[in-house]
Amino acid sequence: MTEQMTSKSAAAIDRAKAQGRAALIGYLPAGYPDVQSSIDAGIAMARNGADLIEIGIPYSDPVMDGAVIQAATTEAIANGFRVASVFDVVAGITAATDAAVLVMTYWNPVMRMGVDEFSRRLAEAGGAGLITPDLIPDEAAEWFAASDKYGLDRVFLVAPSSTPERLAMTVEASRGFVYAVSIMGVTGTRQSVSSSAEKLVADTHAAGAERVCVGLGVSNADHVREIAAYADGVIVGTALVAAIRDGGVDAVAQLTKNLSAGLGRATAQA
Amino acid sequence: MVDASTANSQENVADAFLQGGASLRNAAGPYFGSYGGRWMPESLIAALDEVEDTFEKAKADPEFLAQLKDLNKNYSGRPSLLTEAKRFSQHAGGARIFLKREDLNHTGSHKINNVLGQALLAKRMGKTRVIAETGAGQHGVASATAAALLGLECVVYMGAEDCRRQALNVARMQLLGATVVPVTNGSQTLKDAINDALRDWVSNVDTTHYLLGTAAGAHPFPAMVRFFHEVIGEEARAQILEQTGKLPDAVCACIGGGSNAIGIFHSFLDDASVKIYGFEAGGDGVETGRHAAAITLGRPGVLHGARSYLMQDEDGQTIESHSISAGLDYPSVGPEHSYLADIGRVTYEPITDTEAMDAFRLLCRTEGIIPAIESSHALAGAIKVGKLLTEGKENPADTVIIVNLSGRGDKDVETAAAWFDMLDEDGNVKGTTLSTRKPKGPSERSNLEISIEEASEDQN
Repeated sequence: MTEQMTSKSAAAIDRAKAQGRAALIGYLPAGYPDVQSSIDAGIAMARNGADLIEIGIPYSDPVMDGAVIQAATTEAIANGFRVASVFDVVAGITAATDAAVLVMTYWNPVMRMGVDEFSRRLAEAGGAGLITPDLIPDEAAEWFAASDKYGLDRVFLVAPSSTPERLAMTVEASRGFVYAVSIMGVTGTRQSVSSSAEKLVADTHAAGAERVCVGLGVSNADHVREIAAYADGVIVGTALVAAIRDGGVDAVAQLTKNLSAGLGRATAQA
Repeated sequence: MVDASTANSQENVADAFLQGGASLRNAAGPYFGSYGGRWMPESLIAALDEVEDTFEKAKADPEFLAQLKDLNKNYSGRPSLLTEAKRFSQHAGGARIFLKREDLNHTGSHKINNVLGQALLAKRMGKTRVIAETGAGQHGVASATAAALLGLECVVYMGAEDCRRQALNVARMQLLGATVVPVTNGSQTLKDAINDALRDWVSNVDTTHYLLGTAAGAHPFPAMVRFFHEVIGEEARAQILEQTGKLPDAVCACIGGGSNAIGIFHSFLDDASVKIYGFEAGGDGVETGRHAAAITLGRPGVLHGARSYLMQDEDGQTIESHSISAGLDYPSVGPEHSYLADIGRVTYEPITDTEAMDAFRLLCRTEGIIPAIESSHALAGAIKVGKLLTEGKENPADTVIIVNLSGRGDKDVETAAAWFDMLDEDGNVKGTTLSTRKPKGPSERSNLEISIEEASEDQN
């Protein structure tokens, strides 16, 4: 894995590790229901136990997202969300908290703005880097250049279907952490965590990744506890989106607190 | 533009390639110039690799090729005819226009070529289930047909609005044993049907092949779908040589994703003397913003796995496309077309709904052939090309043009009847009590909706 002292995501995960626990990563889309609420909710997550915040850019064709996130991002776009607002959200959260703030985005909005320009503005807003669900390292030449230039983390995804060769290549390409997709599917809450996740995390560590975080289908403190026993971080998305939808920022704060309780009893990683 | 300067420069581009010892015909992907690639979630890369590997092996396997050839001949009815449209030609400057009759294939369009090929590959991969997207229903019907023939389970994703507009095609798919899932996400159109098919694929990839219906998407789909449609151009080239003793002056096709077009273009790309035209859906007119002319007015971006021309706004959000033809109603285009447009080997131009429907009616009345509205865009374009190429010519009949008649228009009768003001307020054909559709009432609705599986089994 390409490491730099400047990796904000790695630093946030390492702070959690130093406390003998996995990191909690909370996802919410920017502009849902409006830009100010996303800032408030991001701050609420950070103050209630989230170590990293993942801010999604609402996109017209989110093929990796299930119904809850699709509904939220569609509404955000309908409410007039503009891509450049994501930098306001990132800046608003980083100004108020110590959390590392990453942007999760499908690639076309970045390509449209220009990869270098997008990266420059993200770095200027204090962002840690990008999580790119539909960009694989094979197509990421421009992003490699821009992320190096602006010191941003490159969080690529690995899946249970990834071959050993692709795991090694993706780990090598990533900076900050590697995002392990717990199951073959799209975002959404599920009854239980797939058993494939633990093996994938082990394989990704074996391929050289220092930090591997697990997402997709993680929705309650029990799930968090289970994953925190073997992963460096736990990513929760849909459950938080449902919380802000149903109960606003207060509900996000409460859920984050509940989820982070799952970290407390985690077996400390060596 | 269909004009003399682009026509001449096409020739120069092809010449330059050939003199350099290069060929435009057999671009293998994943890239076509800077287009194509795999802008896809990692979760699907292994599946794409499996498809690519299976396809490459099958292409070199005489047994597979024999099996495909047998199905093309004895099931689809290939070779399709090349019919000279003598009365229609009089409206195109007197150029001789020949129609490549993909409308005569089983299921009524070129779509069957690709689905038979991919369904055979699905069997070779040991998959038991195929999924497909469909706009108007042609690819869905073709997929359901191939699945029935080869004993595969079939699920077709179709925009909810399209399900209502094309209720007969929904019924056809169901009769063939397929499950039709109405898509209620996003704009509820073809692009959203593809999104849902991709979500299904990523969740069921062990058992399922995604039978993509056009020459777009992530590698290997553009090159693979082209391969299964190359038979169109190979036949047309041999047929025109036999019937006229020479290569055509021009080849015309309509472009949505661009599968029928790349299929017929392929055989002529290296013939510098053959001008090639692709006609996009201009909808209400490209100046209105309500169109599907991705090459004409889009800019490069990534959607559904490929970098290609794309209708997008300033933020990179996909813009909804508009066309009277559901089959062309797609905001992007296959990546090979983007490349051929950039280098100037193929000229792409939009045709409005009005131009297409005029050509639709003209073919009905001059040739006794009801074309698909998609194909009518190619017919309208051919009229322009015919006039251009015969301009100032002493003997216009020396000019020969092939039009890919990609499908038949039975499915479009209701749309055409409404367009030509043939219906009264109740939807009956004027002067009769004949309805083009079932009476719209609560009973029809509920039947349709009950028989269709609900769109979103909540995965959340």
